[in-house]
Amino acid sequence: MASQHHDDGHDPNLAHHFESPDQQRQASKLGMWLFLATEILFFGGLFVAYTVYRGNHPEVFIFGAHFLDTALGALNTVVLIFSSFTIAWAVRAAQLKQIKLLKWLIVATMLCAFVFLGVKYVEYSAKWKHGLLWAGSYNPHVDHDESFEVVEHETEIDAPGGEVEIEETDEVQHVAEGEIVEPVATEIVTEPIPAPADPDRSTIAPAARGPEGLAGPAPATDQDAIPVEPANAMVFFSIYFLMTGLHGIHVLGGIGAMLWLLKCLRRGDFDGGHFTKVDMVALYWHVVDIIWIYLFLLLYLID
Amino acid sequence: MAVDSTTADGAAVGLTQQGNYLTTGRGVLSWLFTLDHKRIGVMYLVAITSSFFLGGVFALLVRTELLTPGATIMTADTYNKMFTLHGAVMIFLFIIPGIPAALGNFVLPLMLGAKDVALPRLNLTSFWFWMIGAVFAVVSIIIGAVDTGWTFYTPYSTTTGTAVISMTLGVFILGFSSIFTGLNFIVTIHKMRPEGMTWFKMPLLLWGLYSTAIIQVLATPILGITLLLLVAERALGVGIFDPTLGGDPVLFQHFFWFYSHPAVYIMILPAMGIISELVSVFSGKHIFGYRFIAWSSIAIAMFSFLVWGHHMFTSGQSGITNMIFSALTFSVAIPSAVKVFNWLATMYKGSIRLATPMLYVLSFLFLFAIGGLTGLFLGALSTDIHLHDTYFVVAHFHYVMFGGTVIAFLGGIHYWWPKMFGRMYSERWGQVSALLVFVGFNLTFFTQFVMGSHGMPRRYYNYIEEFTALHQASTVGSYILALGFFIMAGYLIHSLFRGRPAPDNPWGSATLEWETTSPPPAGNFDCEFIAGDPYDLESLRYDPAIQGWVRKDPQSIILSQGGAH
Repeated sequence: MASQHHDDGHDPNLAHHFESPDQQRQASKLGMWLFLATEILFFGGLFVAYTVYRGNHPEVFIFGAHFLDTALGALNTVVLIFSSFTIAWAVRAAQLKQIKLLKWLIVATMLCAFVFLGVKYVEYSAKWKHGLLWAGSYNPHVDHDESFEVVEHETEIDAPGGEVEIEETDEVQHVAEGEIVEPVATEIVTEPIPAPADPDRSTIAPAARGPEGLAGPAPATDQDAIPVEPANAMVFFSIYFLMTGLHGIHVLGGIGAMLWLLKCLRRGDFDGGHFTKVDMVALYWHVVDIIWIYLFLLLYLID
Repeated sequence: MAVDSTTADGAAVGLTQQGNYLTTGRGVLSWLFTLDHKRIGVMYLVAITSSFFLGGVFALLVRTELLTPGATIMTADTYNKMFTLHGAVMIFLFIIPGIPAALGNFVLPLMLGAKDVALPRLNLTSFWFWMIGAVFAVVSIIIGAVDTGWTFYTPYSTTTGTAVISMTLGVFILGFSSIFTGLNFIVTIHKMRPEGMTWFKMPLLLWGLYSTAIIQVLATPILGITLLLLVAERALGVGIFDPTLGGDPVLFQHFFWFYSHPAVYIMILPAMGIISELVSVFSGKHIFGYRFIAWSSIAIAMFSFLVWGHHMFTSGQSGITNMIFSALTFSVAIPSAVKVFNWLATMYKGSIRLATPMLYVLSFLFLFAIGGLTGLFLGALSTDIHLHDTYFVVAHFHYVMFGGTVIAFLGGIHYWWPKMFGRMYSERWGQVSALLVFVGFNLTFFTQFVMGSHGMPRRYYNYIEEFTALHQASTVGSYILALGFFIMAGYLIHSLFRGRPAPDNPWGSATLEWETTSPPPAGNFDCEFIAGDPYDLESLRYDPAIQGWVRKDPQSIILSQGGAH
C-alpha cells in the first residue's frame, strides 16, 4: 500500500500526529478494544437468535446437540485455550525483545489455529455426510457404512423449495420419549399427516412447552438416548453452522493477522521492543477464543 | 483584503509558503492514498454529494410518477424499485456517512488543534470501504435493482427476484465504513485533545460526533449480522427468517430496527452538533446551557437503543411491550427539547446575523420542531394505528431527516466552506437558495402530513382522485427543492474558481479550526494550543482590513510554537 510517510527524523515508529509513543500506543489499544466490542456485538445478533429459538423450542436444541461430537469440540477448546496461552506469551516475548522466541510462539499459535480448523473440517464433513445441514439443505439420512446411527424417521423435507411435512403432531411427549435403535435395521414409519391444504399456510409448530417456560419440569432424558426428532429440528443446524462458520472465518482472519505479524517481525519492527502490534493481534485472538468457549458451551454441552 | 483578481493558478491569499492541503501532492493517486483527514473529508464530501444527487434523481422520478393517479411515466414495478433505491441510496450512501465522514473528518481534528485523527490508515480504509460498498450498490442497481423498500423486510426480501444480495452486501460493507469512522472519532476525542480542553470545554460538535460514534460502534454490527443472515437466507436457505423452515420474519424486524432506529440518531446527533456551533457564532453570544446540550447528546444516544420496538406496534407485539416502547419513545423528546430550548435561549437577545449558515439554523429549528412533535403522534399507540404506514410517517421522517439533518448539513457546508476551500461564496445566491430549499421542502412534505392523516398509504403507486391536488402540490414542491439545490451547486462551484479569498476566520468563531489558514496547510497547525472556552466570542474582534476576525490576544491560546510541520 502506497502511503505518505511523514518522516521528521524522529522515531520511525511514531506517527507524525502523535506527541509520544505512549499516546500512540494508548490510541491503538483503545481502538482495538472498541473494535472488539463491535465483534462481540456482531456475534451478539447470532446469540440473540440462539436465545429466541432455544427459548421457544428447547426440544430442538436438546435434540440437535446429540449430533455434535463433544469430544472433538472439547479438543478444539483445549487447542484454542492453549493458543491463547502461546499468543499471550508472545506479547511478553515482544516486550522483552526475545525475537526468536516471539517468532516460534506466533508460529505455534498459527499451528493451533490450523489444528482447530482441521478438527472443524472433520466435524463439518461428518455433518455433510449425514445431511445434517442448515434448514434449506437439511436432509438427514443414515450412512450405512457406520455402525452407530440414529433412527431414521420418515421426515420428508424437500430441500430448497421449503415444503416441509412434519409427521409429529403431539409435541409434548416426544421429548421424553427418548429412544434409540441400533444398528439401523428397523425404521419406524409414522403416519405422515397430509400436507396443509393451503400451501401458503405457515407450518410453524406450536411451542413444545407453554409459557411456563423453564418453570416446568425438565423432561426426563436418558443419558445417551437420542430423542425422537422434534418439528423444525433443522433450526438447530442453521444456527450451528452460522455461529461456528462465522467463528471459523474469524479464525482464518486470525491466521492472516499472524502472518502479518511474521512479516513485520522479519522487517524488524519488533526489534526495539515495540510490542503494540503483537498486543493487538493477541487481544483479537483472545476474543476469538472466548467466543468459541461460549459456542462450545451453548451448542455442544446443552444436556 | 481587497478583492484580488485571481491569478491563473488560482492560488489563494493568506497561505504559508508550503502551500495548503489541496496543493501538496498532485494527481488522483495522491488523493486516493492520502492519510490526511482533510483530503479524506473532501473525498467523502464529493462522494456523498454524488450519492445525494443520485438519490435525489430517484426521488424526483417517484414524485413525477405520482403527478397523476395510475401510470404517469413508469410501471408499478419500476416505481417499487425507484422508491427503494431512493431510500437505500439516501440512507446508506448519503445521510449516515454524511455529516460525520465528510464534515466531521475535516473539522474534528482541527477543532482539537490536532494534526490528524488518531488512526489515519483506518480513516482511509473507511473511505475505501465506502467506495466498495457504493460499487456493490451500483452493481445491484444495474443488474436489476431492489424493490423491497430500504428496510429489506423478510419474507419479501428473501423471495423477490431482484438483486437483493448485492445491495445488502453493499450495505454490509458500508456498515464497516461507518464503524471505522466512529471508532476513529472516539479514539481521537479520547486521546488527542489539546492541553486545557477538558470534556466540558470541547466544542459541542465534538459531543455530537462522540455520541454519534458510540451508536455507530455499538449498533452497526447488529445491522451487519442481520444483513449477513439475510444474504445467507437467500443464498443458502438458512431459514432463520423463513417461517416455512422454522424461522421468524418478525425477528428480522427486531434485528433491523435495533440498528436502524439508533441509526436515525447517527443521522441527527451530528446535525445537532453543527447547530450548536452555528447558533452561538451567528447570534454573537456564548452558547446557553452548554452542559445540558452536551449531556442531552449522550442521553439521546443511550435512549436510542431502547426504542426500536416502536416500529413494530402493529406487528403483533404484546400490549405491555408496546406500552413500554411507547413510553421510552416519548422520553426521547426530553433531551431533544432540552437542546431546542437552549438554542432558542442562545439566540435570545443576541445580535443575530442572517448569513446563509444562520438561515439554515433557523430552518432547522422550525422544521425539526415539526418533525420532532409529529414523532410523538407516531409514538402514541392509539394514533399510530391510524397513521402507521401512511404518508404521515413519510412526512415525519423527512421533516426530521431532511428538515433536520440535511438542513444542518447544508448549514455546516456553508459555514466551513471558506475553511475547506479558502473561498467565499456569493452570500446573495446563498440566501436565495436557502429560501427555495425551505419553501420547496415544506410544500413537498407538509402536503404529505395532510395526505397521511387522510389515509394515503405510503409506497403506493396509485391513489384515489381526491388526493390528486395534494400529490401535485407535493411534486411541484420537490421541483422547487431541486431548483434550490441546482442554484446551490452553481454558486458553490463558481466560488471555487471565482470566489473572494476567505480570511482565516470569516465568521468570528472561537473554536480552534479557525486558528489556521483557509485552507489549512497539510500539517494543520504550526503550534500547540492551550484550549480555552470554545464559545468565548468576546476574545475576537473584527478587522475590516482582512474582512475577517482576529484574536485580541493571539498568544492567549498558544502553548508552544513549532512542532512537526
